[in-house]
Amino acid sequence: MVIKHKNIFITESAWSNTDKLLLCLDTGSWRTERPVLDKEKCNYCGLCALYCPPQCMKDMGEYYEANLVYCKGCGICATECPRKAITMVSEGGFTDG
Amino acid sequence: MVSAQKGQVRVLTGNAVGAYGAMVCRPEVIAAYPITPQSEIAEQLAQFKADGTIDAEYVEVEGENSAMNVVLGASAAGARVFTATSSYGLVFMYDALQEASGFRAPVVMVNANRETPGIHAVSSGQQDMISARDTGWVQIIVENDQEILDQIIMAYRLAEDNDILLPVMVNYDGFYLSYLAEAVEIPKIEDVDAFLSPLKKQPARQRLVPGLPIGCGTHGIEMGYVEARYKHCQAMERVKNKVDEIDKAFGDYFGRYYGGQIEEYRTGDADIVIIASGSATGTAKTVVDTKREQGLKVGLIKLRLFRPFPAERLVKILKGKKAVGVIDRSVSFGWKYGPICMELKALTADFGPMPVLSYIDGLANLDITIPHIGRVIDEVDAAARGKPYQEVTWIPME
Repeated sequence: MVIKHKNIFITESAWSNTDKLLLCLDTGSWRTERPVLDKEKCNYCGLCALYCPPQCMKDMGEYYEANLVYCKGCGICATECPRKAITMVSEGGFTDG
Repeated sequence: MVSAQKGQVRVLTGNAVGAYGAMVCRPEVIAAYPITPQSEIAEQLAQFKADGTIDAEYVEVEGENSAMNVVLGASAAGARVFTATSSYGLVFMYDALQEASGFRAPVVMVNANRETPGIHAVSSGQQDMISARDTGWVQIIVENDQEILDQIIMAYRLAEDNDILLPVMVNYDGFYLSYLAEAVEIPKIEDVDAFLSPLKKQPARQRLVPGLPIGCGTHGIEMGYVEARYKHCQAMERVKNKVDEIDKAFGDYFGRYYGGQIEEYRTGDADIVIIASGSATGTAKTVVDTKREQGLKVGLIKLRLFRPFPAERLVKILKGKKAVGVIDRSVSFGWKYGPICMELKALTADFGPMPVLSYIDGLANLDITIPHIGRVIDEVDAAARGKPYQEVTWIPME
């Protein structure tokens, strides 16, 4: 048998160092809507990052932004944002998703 | 490594031996919940802990599912762990069994074989072990009290080997061996240390470290899953030769050999072979000797390794034989043959066409007796000489 597969895991078991790599979780492809931030409204409170289930909000210094590789588009950040700075927008209008 | 010192010989029950076997291997975390016929192991280990004989964390859990999850967590943190169970307890830890093997955690567990739920049989049978066949564990069956102890030591050497990293279940017939007191030599702890010392020379295995987030078995989507399963199955294949190597090393050091994956008893020049496992193989050897005296060329294969199945060695022995009979102490729902016979039948193309006779016997504490085995040998012999034969026989039903 010819094995063409290049190993994902460096260990025998399916363990990964989450600091360096979140493996196999291409959950961004599940998304139908993405969070779009209005930076004018955002006051960098961090509630979106606290509530985000897959913890994919990136700290950009003055605001938070979803990592779209992992963001499933659940919309919890938009619901929890006290300043309504996040809007969920259909993926249909984007070309990078 | 020369040879081990003579250990202390004591008369102990199989269960007590299970606890002594664990003790001499210095486990660091133990979690066990008592269940008939295994309870004495949990009690004896607790006593060791109370006496200070054993330097381990003993976690009193509220059930077997927790027992397996506790030792799994400890194993993932790098500890040497031990637990023991039986029947309902094994069933109750079913999800955790698969977590342990999926984690590739080198857990060592003793299972005192007992019948399983549905029919409340507080009695011996291999149904519990057989029903856990596809949980990804290495499953070994032993014959007597000394072998329980020796196999636990060998199980650590196997499980914690970096080429393997799989949980190992050491099975012995509940009731028959759990309460049977036999003279057993308990090796000195320093000799067990020496035997297990090759494990310490390996690079440390992957482990959980506080502050370092690790994803354990959580990334199993698509190719991650396939890769993990492939590696698991490859490791299972490596277990077979490793079991033989460890048996040889154990025998060279402690003076007791068990044959590794299988024990071959008078099979060399045999025309017909019977296959059995567990405590009944002691009886079977006696019957084989008697039949040999009567001029019948019969041999016995004692199956020690059930998972992975020792296909290559079985094929090598059976090739050229005239007939084979398999005694199963359990059933496979939906296959008329006994489970071990069914596994053997899958190898027919490799060992060649010959009559394969399946016998179901010894369920629910019904003895696999000398006359039973004698009759099996006679029927296999008749089949070998071309007589018509019955494919499957439930001996106690007749």
